[in-house]
Amino acid sequence: MIDFLLHEDEDGVGVAVVDIKAGSSVKGRSLHGQATPELTARMDIPLGHKIALKPFAEGDTVIKYGVDIGKVVASIEVGEHVHVHNVKTKRW
Amino acid sequence: MTKDYTFLGYRRENGRVGIRNHVIILPVDDISNAACEAVANNIKGTLALPHAYGRLQFGEDLELFFRTMIGTGVNPNVAAVVVIGIEPGWTERIVKGIAKTGKPVTGFSIERMGDLQTIAQASLKAKEYLQWASELHREECDLADLYISVKCGESDTTTGLGSCPTVGNLMDKAVAAGATTSFGETSELTGGEHIVKAKAANNEVAEEFMKVWNSYNDFILAEKTNDLSESQPTKGNIRGGLTTIEEKAMGNIEKLGKKSKFVGCLLPAEAPTGKGMWFMDTSSAAAEAVTLWAASGAVVHLFPTGQGNIVGNPIEPVIKLTANPLTAATMSEHIDLDVSPLLQGEMTLDEAGDQLLELTLRTANGRLTAAETLGHREFVLTKLYRSA
Repeated sequence: MIDFLLHEDEDGVGVAVVDIKAGSSVKGRSLHGQATPELTARMDIPLGHKIALKPFAEGDTVIKYGVDIGKVVASIEVGEHVHVHNVKTKRW
Repeated sequence: MTKDYTFLGYRRENGRVGIRNHVIILPVDDISNAACEAVANNIKGTLALPHAYGRLQFGEDLELFFRTMIGTGVNPNVAAVVVIGIEPGWTERIVKGIAKTGKPVTGFSIERMGDLQTIAQASLKAKEYLQWASELHREECDLADLYISVKCGESDTTTGLGSCPTVGNLMDKAVAAGATTSFGETSELTGGEHIVKAKAANNEVAEEFMKVWNSYNDFILAEKTNDLSESQPTKGNIRGGLTTIEEKAMGNIEKLGKKSKFVGCLLPAEAPTGKGMWFMDTSSAAAEAVTLWAASGAVVHLFPTGQGNIVGNPIEPVIKLTANPLTAATMSEHIDLDVSPLLQGEMTLDEAGDQLLELTLRTANGRLTAAETLGHREFVLTKLYRSA
């Protein structure tokens, strides 16, 4: 069973395709690439929400679909929930 | 999946193919809604299309109004039209616009007559049209005869993972088979406008697209009072896991497919002049956008949803698909195709696209969509600015 999906191998975040529980070991798959990352979830991550596959510092760019989807506004550890509390658009 | 892309449709007087056979009672203006609804109540099986506008509009807003009303009557899913307005001038303008296709259409105006006499006369005409339409036969048509519109709503991250790529897979197959297709949602391409631009068939089309998108973006920059983070993504999008407008746009753009280029840009409610994929400048609000596509002649709409948008249209069937297993389970009565097995790799994208294509052809043959069975008939006019 797959816990999360990436669009491209270079994506820094995965999308939970099941409800992920904090502390669980989770496995992902890349839709268009070969990556099969495995890590430990640090937080509960509901289906459809994003999990960090690498650590991010404030100001970093988040890559999903192989493209820039926004900037990090609060640092993020591997396995943490990535959403509006720590990522924002660069557009406005 | 069979490669037989035929279905039984209604070939209209102008050669265009419809998949439904409605007789509609079309109000020119808000104050004629009551008469239209009375006629539709008298003559069972006809369909009134009440709406909120049609008075004191002017300029580009008025042009869009007429394009929408005439286009709705012209749509090949409509067999015949009764038009009712308060006065004869604008009523006749709509009647003449529809009559150009050769379709049966008659107008009535209420001034110097009153509601009751208008309703009586219009009901007699509606009865005549309905009985005539009931004897029209479906004939063999091909996928190449279909004009398909696409737009997603209440998106979440599963939209970009599953339901929009499924539509994109169908778009590639349908365009290759000679169908006409259209995407839009100008505002929700924001964040991926450069990617859409690269999918234009040539430089001219690319520049035209950027002109339309820039005009929208300038409007937002002029009117916005905050950073739009409450509006784009929407609260529903955020609940579903979408964080930024760029992330939302990338999911949306999956609907365009991998192979097809778009051949032109359409004004809201403007009919395409040839086959292939077209961009239309539309709102991203579901009911407004589908109403514009129906008015441009689209006969079936494909609607990927994440969190569960429930929109329908009175004349253009809306097929809904979702890749979100929670939505598929909790809102099953709204969902025509569940592609959530894509998330666990239990289904390939090509299989999902084939399933959607098969369902589209069954819908074209007459199978009712979930939205049709539930009575979702949202007919919502796009208003550009306040009336005179």
